[in-house]
Amino acid sequence: MTRRLRTGLFLAGGAGLSALFAWGFAGLPAFGDYHGVYGRLLNRDALGQTHAMSAIAAVTFDYRGFDTMGEDFILFASVLGVALLLRQVRERDVDAGQAVETSDPVRAVGAIAVPAFFLLGLFVIAHGYLTPGGGFQGGVVVAIAIVLLSIAVDYGSYAALVRKPLADLVDGLGAGAYVAVGVGGLLAGSAFLESFVSRGKIGELTSSGTIALLSWASGLEVAGATLLLASEFLEELLARRQR
Amino acid sequence: MIPLQAVSLALVAAGGLGVVLARDVVRQAFVNGFYGLSLVVLFLVFQAPDVALSAITVGGAAAPLVIAISIARVNRRERGR
Repeated sequence: MTRRLRTGLFLAGGAGLSALFAWGFAGLPAFGDYHGVYGRLLNRDALGQTHAMSAIAAVTFDYRGFDTMGEDFILFASVLGVALLLRQVRERDVDAGQAVETSDPVRAVGAIAVPAFFLLGLFVIAHGYLTPGGGFQGGVVVAIAIVLLSIAVDYGSYAALVRKPLADLVDGLGAGAYVAVGVGGLLAGSAFLESFVSRGKIGELTSSGTIALLSWASGLEVAGATLLLASEFLEELLARRQR
Repeated sequence: MIPLQAVSLALVAAGGLGVVLARDVVRQAFVNGFYGLSLVVLFLVFQAPDVALSAITVGGAAAPLVIAISIARVNRRERGR
């Protein structure tokens, strides 16, 4: 196929695709044009019923708390699978002392970034029902702050701090705590995952009942899972380098 | 559509094109990081701060980590050949 023919074919195909796109986008409703019933009901009732200022937190950890439990366990199971697979095929343990040295500028940036990210992550988990955020986002930020230690300090100290049994434990504790909060609703005499704690005053850190507890539980689970995933990948990389 | 929304949409389009046009994989990983950042801005401008936070964690942390480690692995295998 000559170059001219290829260019012609591309131009014809591109023009067709652009025309279809333009046609499709011309029929879209305007931005903010919303016809769903569920969203309107939530906007009207969520604040009064759950005392959570962020309606998204009210949906993920209250109205659809059961779905979020499923998602927590999807993450739990997939990280478990990665860990099982990588630990199985790794031929020998990594000698952490042999890992790469880092430079002074990287250490300097790390000294600022690690505590800042760690605090930010905790803040995002803690305020998930007051402002945007929550367990998932905050958990990943906390985990990444700890992973940053491996380049900000050195891999040896990172590996010593994040012993895999510890990451396993945090991951499992988070997943278990979510179910435990759910069972708490049953023990209190209502339904599974029904809030059994006082809803508190709207806008305060102690408000929203079990939404706060579930946010912390999934934050713990996500932090543990991300940490475990990153540690397994890093160790895999070093094991290959040292072979 | 307000100008800020138009600008952030244009940034996402330019970022996506940049990722495709980058030839060197390591450079492509960097461009992909900036593309992820432009998506964060897009979500924020379109009033979805929760999604923007998720995009920071996925596009700014999880995806680059997986990409960087995969590149390192493939590079080593090619050098060994």
